Amino acid sequence: MNSTESGRSSGSFVRKVELSFDRAQIEGLQSDVARELSSRKFDDGAAFAVRLAIEEAIVNGFRHGNAGDPGKTVQFECEITEDMIRVEVVDQGPGFNPEGIPDPTDEANLEVPSGRGIMLMRAYMTEVDYLPPGNRVRMIYDRSASS
Amino acid sequence: MAAQASRLKVSKVGVVTQVEFVDRNILDESNIQQIADELAAIVDAVPTPMIMIRFGNVQHLSSAALGALITINNRVKGKDGKLRLAEIDPQIREVFKITKLDKIFQIFDDADDAQNSFG
Repeated sequence: MNSTESGRSSGSFVRKVELSFDRAQIEGLQSDVARELSSRKFDDGAAFAVRLAIEEAIVNGFRHGNAGDPGKTVQFECEITEDMIRVEVVDQGPGFNPEGIPDPTDEANLEVPSGRGIMLMRAYMTEVDYLPPGNRVRMIYDRSASS
Repeated sequence: MAAQASRLKVSKVGVVTQVEFVDRNILDESNIQQIADELAAIVDAVPTPMIMIRFGNVQHLSSAALGALITINNRVKGKDGKLRLAEIDPQIREVFKITKLDKIFQIFDDADDAQNSFG
């Protein structure tokens, strides 16, 4: 059973949810985050960046971390304040070494169809860290660092 | 069983097959697979495919969607065809730039310019 926990603490918006690989659930989550960002006057660029990074992190969790197993879930947690967005996504896989992913922007890899998700997350977020054993990614979008 | 609704709007302008996306967000894995299959069928239907993909309706796309476009580009090149991308939202255009995919795709702001580029 999936669970959702939402709330506000000291002016911040907090959301914790256990996701199944269900597009409607993911879209609902993205809409909630977008609405919160808009209410805090984050600009369109920030909204685009955060949406893209969340999408890639969640899909990576299901597709690669959980190896497409429909019985497994992904834990999503985010906190939004006036200044920043912090996101954590945890899958049920064994983890991996993100440094082992080939650079998709290398000339030799440009025509390889896969391997761009993490690169995009790093490009659009202020910080992206994979925590050992590699099945937990923490991302931060810092408004002041992105302006 | 009912046929799946197409995720593409397809029209023919001269020798060029113009393709538009039905969806504003190209994120869902099954939709992306269907789009890839439909584009592959367009490529396979002619000896030398001339295809323009118009993104005017698209607001978000994922790395999986980029992967599908790369696969189609490789398929078109394999048949000595031409693929052009047009009308891409500036934020999505930036995604192509960051990933350096603007080096392998020919991208045009304007659909008419893209159409004329087929010669």
